[in-house]
Amino acid sequence: MSQPVAQEKINKAPTSVPDRLFSSLSRASAVTILLVLSGVAFFLTIVGWSGMFGDIEGMSGSDNFLEYVGPLVFGTVYSATLALLIATPLAFAVALFISHYAPRRLAQTLGYVVDLLAAIPSVVFGIWGITVVAPLMSKNVYPWANDNLSFIPFFSGTASTSGRTMLTAGMVLAMMILPIITAISREVFLQTPRLHEEASLALGATKWEMIRQAVVPYGRSGVISGAMLGLGRALGETMAVAIILSPSDGYFWSILTNQNSNTIASNIALKFPEAYGLDVNRLIATGLVLFLLSFGVNMLARRVANSGFSGAAG
Amino acid sequence: MTANSEIDMPAQTAGITHSEVTSVEPAIAVNNLNIYYDKFLAVRDVTIEIAPRSITALIGPSGCGKSTFLRSLNRMHEVIPKAHVEGVVQLNGEDIYRPDVDPVTVRRRIGMVFQRPNPFPTMSIYENVLAGMRLNANRLSKPDADEIVEHSLTGANLWGEVKDRLDNPGSSLSGGQQQRLCIARAIAVEPEVLLMDEPCSALDPISTMAIEALMEQLKDQFTIVIVTHNMQQAARVSERTAFFNIDGPGQPGHIVEMDLTEKMFSNPQEKATSDYVTGRFG
Repeated sequence: MSQPVAQEKINKAPTSVPDRLFSSLSRASAVTILLVLSGVAFFLTIVGWSGMFGDIEGMSGSDNFLEYVGPLVFGTVYSATLALLIATPLAFAVALFISHYAPRRLAQTLGYVVDLLAAIPSVVFGIWGITVVAPLMSKNVYPWANDNLSFIPFFSGTASTSGRTMLTAGMVLAMMILPIITAISREVFLQTPRLHEEASLALGATKWEMIRQAVVPYGRSGVISGAMLGLGRALGETMAVAIILSPSDGYFWSILTNQNSNTIASNIALKFPEAYGLDVNRLIATGLVLFLLSFGVNMLARRVANSGFSGAAG
Repeated sequence: MTANSEIDMPAQTAGITHSEVTSVEPAIAVNNLNIYYDKFLAVRDVTIEIAPRSITALIGPSGCGKSTFLRSLNRMHEVIPKAHVEGVVQLNGEDIYRPDVDPVTVRRRIGMVFQRPNPFPTMSIYENVLAGMRLNANRLSKPDADEIVEHSLTGANLWGEVKDRLDNPGSSLSGGQQQRLCIARAIAVEPEVLLMDEPCSALDPISTMAIEALMEQLKDQFTIVIVTHNMQQAARVSERTAFFNIDGPGQPGHIVEMDLTEKMFSNPQEKATSDYVTGRFG
């Protein structure tokens, strides 16, 4: 007999003062987020408009906007893709090790350390990249890759002696997005139903076979959405790239040279302090492009994640 | 239940009442098996023999260790960290716990069906049946694969229901069909023994009947050991029944009595058994 009463309580709008206070507070927060987001988009569009379609004579260089932003978009996507190619297999392996191989204590410690990576400020990553990774790679790895692999276009050109290359930037970016991909992969791997793991083991699967048969298919979409979130972060990363990369104008496929397409975010950071007039609008317009790019990637990630952990939903 | 004429020579062995008539070599012989979770002794001192190509039921109250015992027969027990056993389990005369025996090879010879149907959700019906075959690295030709799928699904009484939709996901089937798919998957690798851990407890009565009928057919080919909470089921399907019990919480489970099923349900040697099968406890 308590059920109808309880039901009534649930259906009724909250009446007590704290209830109402909390509900309006949370509603206000939600609205604020929407306002901020649309405000940013609005600002970027309004201010960037004249950067996109304004008088080219008023800007440094005489390219039209598409010619200006093209190499930047290319550099942004290229560096982020490199980072993703390096980070995803690594994150996948680390996540599997944590979820299925490491003894409990080691797994916990390792998970904690990987999460700590996410707490390092990007400017520190940038300094690490330019002072440690770049010299190390340009001395030991790049000349070798350049000598032996230059038949692959990516490794052609004159190898950089400073190490301020697209590959260095990609490697440092990879370290920066490693934690999020690892954390999400680890969670989905841990969620693999015991039932499926045991089904595989009972068929006579070795541990690795079990992982391929039960764990990986179950976690696949989780890994993909983790990688997408990582890609979103890599696209917008500013300081590390600004510090490491030696940028040039144009499209460059080679990842070992001093000539590299800059990224949108790093280009803004480098040029904004000295920009004036329509150049400012143009930089802001490139910001709008980056905003849309990240937005698209995040939407894609959301869609993949919602399509269910392929296993669970199937 | 009619009294069976071949059951009148009880034999006493090692403390437990154990009247067993096996003229043939046992498929599985268990000797003084103690099963541990870390330091906790879960099941103590089990000594039984399981006859080939017949159904042996393990019954007993919850927590008495019958599932634990079942899982120790194909070394699935040790999937749980720190779980281990002492004693001997012989499969056709070979000790499966010898240090140089790989649990993986044991599990390929002793298949298992679980309490809840667990087809791989990302695989089609077809691929589910072949899941075990795919583990034996060597490549299967398409005609061979087709034949194994048809043969196994037919063996699991499922072929007629799914032959037109083999590419659908395994999870698109009903619970009872999923369980028969799991049986098809288990028998596809042609194991010597099939372990079933309460295979019908998540199923409706109709599906349960289908599985029981299937077990009746399968026992011509396989040695079947089934754990069941359902005493009627044990009485219906099994030739022999082992009764497990537990003295109290925290105590190890142990085997009280094992005998031909008719005898266990009509005239058991131990009072605990008769109390349990008549529904006085458990």
